[in-house]
Amino acid sequence: MTFFFEVLIGGLLSGVMYSLVALGFVLIYKASGVFNFAQGAMVYFAAITFVGVTEFDISPWIAFPISLIVMVVLGLVVEKVVLRPLVNQPQITLFMVTIGLAFFIEGLAQLMWGANVRGLELGLQDVPLEWVSERWGMSISKFDLAAAGVAAILVTSLALLFNRTRIGRALRAVADDHQAALAVGIPLQQIWGIVWGVAGFVALVAGLLWGSRNGVQFALTFVALKALPVLILGGFESIPGAIVGGLIIGATEKLAEVYIGPMVGGGIEGWFPYMLALVFLLVRPEGLFGEKIIRRV
Amino acid sequence: MTTHERRSGEVILRLDNISLAFGGVKALTDISFDVREHEIRAIIGPNGAGKSSMLNVINGVYHPQHGTIAYRGEVRRSMNPHAAAASGIARTFQNIALFRGMSVLDNIMTGRNLKIKSNFVEQAIWIGRARREELENRRKVEEVIDFLEIQHIRKTPVGRLPYGLQKRVELARALAAEPSMLLLDEPMAGMNVEEKQDMCRFVLDVNEQYGTTMVLIEHDMGVVMDISDRVVVLDYGRKIGDGTPDEVRGNQKVIDAYLGVAH
Amino acid sequence: MFYREAGQFKTNYIDDSAIFPIRQDRIGFAIILLLAFVAVPLFATPYIFSAILIPFLILALAAIGLNILTGYCGQLSLGTAAFMAVGAFASYNFMLRVPGMPILLAFLCGGVMAAGVGIVFGLPSLRIRGFYLAVATLAAQFFIVWCLAKVGWFSNYSSSGVITAQQVEILGYQFRTPASKYLLVLGIVSIMALGAKNLARSNVGRSWMAVRDMDIAAEVIGIRLMPAKLLAFAISSFYAGVAGALYAYMYLGTVEPEAYNLDLSFRILFMIIIGGVGTVLGSFLGSAFIALLPIALSLLVGFLENSIHLSVSKSMTSNLELMTFGGLIIFFLIVEPHGLARLWQIGKEKLRLWPFPH
Repeated sequence: MTFFFEVLIGGLLSGVMYSLVALGFVLIYKASGVFNFAQGAMVYFAAITFVGVTEFDISPWIAFPISLIVMVVLGLVVEKVVLRPLVNQPQITLFMVTIGLAFFIEGLAQLMWGANVRGLELGLQDVPLEWVSERWGMSISKFDLAAAGVAAILVTSLALLFNRTRIGRALRAVADDHQAALAVGIPLQQIWGIVWGVAGFVALVAGLLWGSRNGVQFALTFVALKALPVLILGGFESIPGAIVGGLIIGATEKLAEVYIGPMVGGGIEGWFPYMLALVFLLVRPEGLFGEKIIRRV
Repeated sequence: MTTHERRSGEVILRLDNISLAFGGVKALTDISFDVREHEIRAIIGPNGAGKSSMLNVINGVYHPQHGTIAYRGEVRRSMNPHAAAASGIARTFQNIALFRGMSVLDNIMTGRNLKIKSNFVEQAIWIGRARREELENRRKVEEVIDFLEIQHIRKTPVGRLPYGLQKRVELARALAAEPSMLLLDEPMAGMNVEEKQDMCRFVLDVNEQYGTTMVLIEHDMGVVMDISDRVVVLDYGRKIGDGTPDEVRGNQKVIDAYLGVAH
Repeated sequence: MFYREAGQFKTNYIDDSAIFPIRQDRIGFAIILLLAFVAVPLFATPYIFSAILIPFLILALAAIGLNILTGYCGQLSLGTAAFMAVGAFASYNFMLRVPGMPILLAFLCGGVMAAGVGIVFGLPSLRIRGFYLAVATLAAQFFIVWCLAKVGWFSNYSSSGVITAQQVEILGYQFRTPASKYLLVLGIVSIMALGAKNLARSNVGRSWMAVRDMDIAAEVIGIRLMPAKLLAFAISSFYAGVAGALYAYMYLGTVEPEAYNLDLSFRILFMIIIGGVGTVLGSFLGSAFIALLPIALSLLVGFLENSIHLSVSKSMTSNLELMTFGGLIIFFLIVEPHGLARLWQIGKEKLRLWPFPH
């Protein structure tokens, strides 16, 4: 039983990291209706930029704001060059354009900083917490716990931003109805710029956490693929959905790998979340937190 | 009036105590009326009265929570769109529902999809029955195109057409199915006087030539009173009047609904 | 001046719905076929056959498959490569386990198996739409490739699922030379492209487009959404399956499930975006474009290296390739969402009027 809980908690904590990536998707989708497939590429781009800057003997405390500026600029450029000409296009077109964007950013990242795997030290070690293992005999990673803490802070502050500030109100208005928002004088493009900037920030945080755990490499972009079933589960528009979805995916994926994996030869982490999400969709197409859609004619 | 009485036949569609709600919002409440064969039956009412919902119930896009629908003797709780189409009900939509990526001709050809029996293998090889059916149905579609006078735009993508013509193409698609009952949702909305006259002529011609039963939603009272045999009046999802145009015109409730009344 | 249809009258509806209603188009197409079947085999080198022409044709076939599903029926799929894998591994097993199995029948059976799997993964399309469905098709991509690699039976228990395609032999003739392989692929692809074109211009194709453009209206005129969508999944996967089998037998020879990865699925998606969504011609144009782009890029890089002595590393070239692909997708979606096929169309319109401007 201890082992079960160990796996479960480990899964939940890594699920928090998925949530973090999923959060980037949700932010952009909520505000502009774009399902940004390039979020994974942005995570990779952010992490490799940070590492690349520190390689010039620059302290991480300075590298962080520099990377942040780079990400915000990237977000703004994407919004202006790629998405603005496509306003009012079908969502599926916007989705496909972000696939192209993902390829572009991946190529750009490696062109700028090279494709070799880098380590990233945040001063956090991936070692078990001593007092937990002493008391309950479980190994809970210190790193995972810290990452979960960071994610929690980020989510809380984003929730506050959305619900308590003027910008947040404007964001929600835009998410609800672009045209109506425009009509009451909300500066639409400014709002979209802010959202892409914030998404860049989230990508940077996610990139740093994932990068220091797995090394900064191209495979970071695949983390974003893991965030997709999280979104299906939680719904594309819901921040709590992204969190809960991430936790569910993280936990079930680890449990499945440990308990079902050995029976079928292992390696099921790659597809299990998708199958779970798929089965879930068949039962509840609107997701965990989505509202039931009534299609009117 | 005598011509109308001669034209109308047996009751072929009867709706009994239909109620429909979306979540907590009641769209239709306890509505009953019938439609006779060959007649032109109008549904009128202010905006949001539930007229379009009524049509959607008849051809199965919406499923009412209460009530029954009897069509040609068969009583059901609700229709489904395919069964409705297969039993000869065709319709047009208030907001034009054409297939925007296709040409006028292809749009109208889709109206005949239920007449085509060849399977996909035959169609992929394009011989025998598939080719023959394509030809026969094309001929039929050309008749409709001639009838509605849209020969010149046959190959045009529908997205490029002006509004009035799009409405006409949508009518053509519905007619291509050779329906026995046609549901028209505001066929003349947004048209100028000339286009309206054309549309009226087409509706009457179809009714006369093919004996097609029509259920029609329209806001233009002049048109409704001129061409329909009987009128149902809805307000806030309830039926407040039913009868010939003259009867409805004299109904106090209807007058109140349209002119507003101090409660 | 020469490209006019004046004087060509159609006297029946069948002529009017022909694939090439204009005589000059028919002549042009006949010339292309003649070139492809006769002139190319006479002059091309083995390198051109096996490195360019064969993969171009095979991927064009896969792109037609995806175009049926995405372009005509409007259901975006990111799992094309997985259905190709099903076709390849199914053909391999039919050849392996059924004695005396003719290779063409094995390809056909591979396609049918892929169609079956396609239907299963198409089932969610009945309840979800848009990019929810696109994400769901990723499940097919990851699950199928994993399954083929993990379940030993599929690859006859070879290590890590690698299979070696059997020798292709039809009526005693062995297809060994690149030219003969090219001709076989060309034959199969031509016939299947014709089939796709025929479907597109008849009732099945119209039903798909109706579902794509407005599903509720389609339902109201009597098109059943479920059979229409599942048929699109089945036929699309069939095309992908046959393409996958050809990819293994005619192009790679030895292949592992990982060869049919997400990257290949994206490549095929890019082909239809660049070539033209919802056209058979576009599938070929897109495939040619994607096949030729890396070659053009490496020529350009070589030219830069020689002329201005810029040293460009191998990884740099591949990153430039990624960026160019991505950039082109963005460019086409913004500037010409109907792709090269639409540009071709516009070119022909212009030619009809030439030398007059209107």
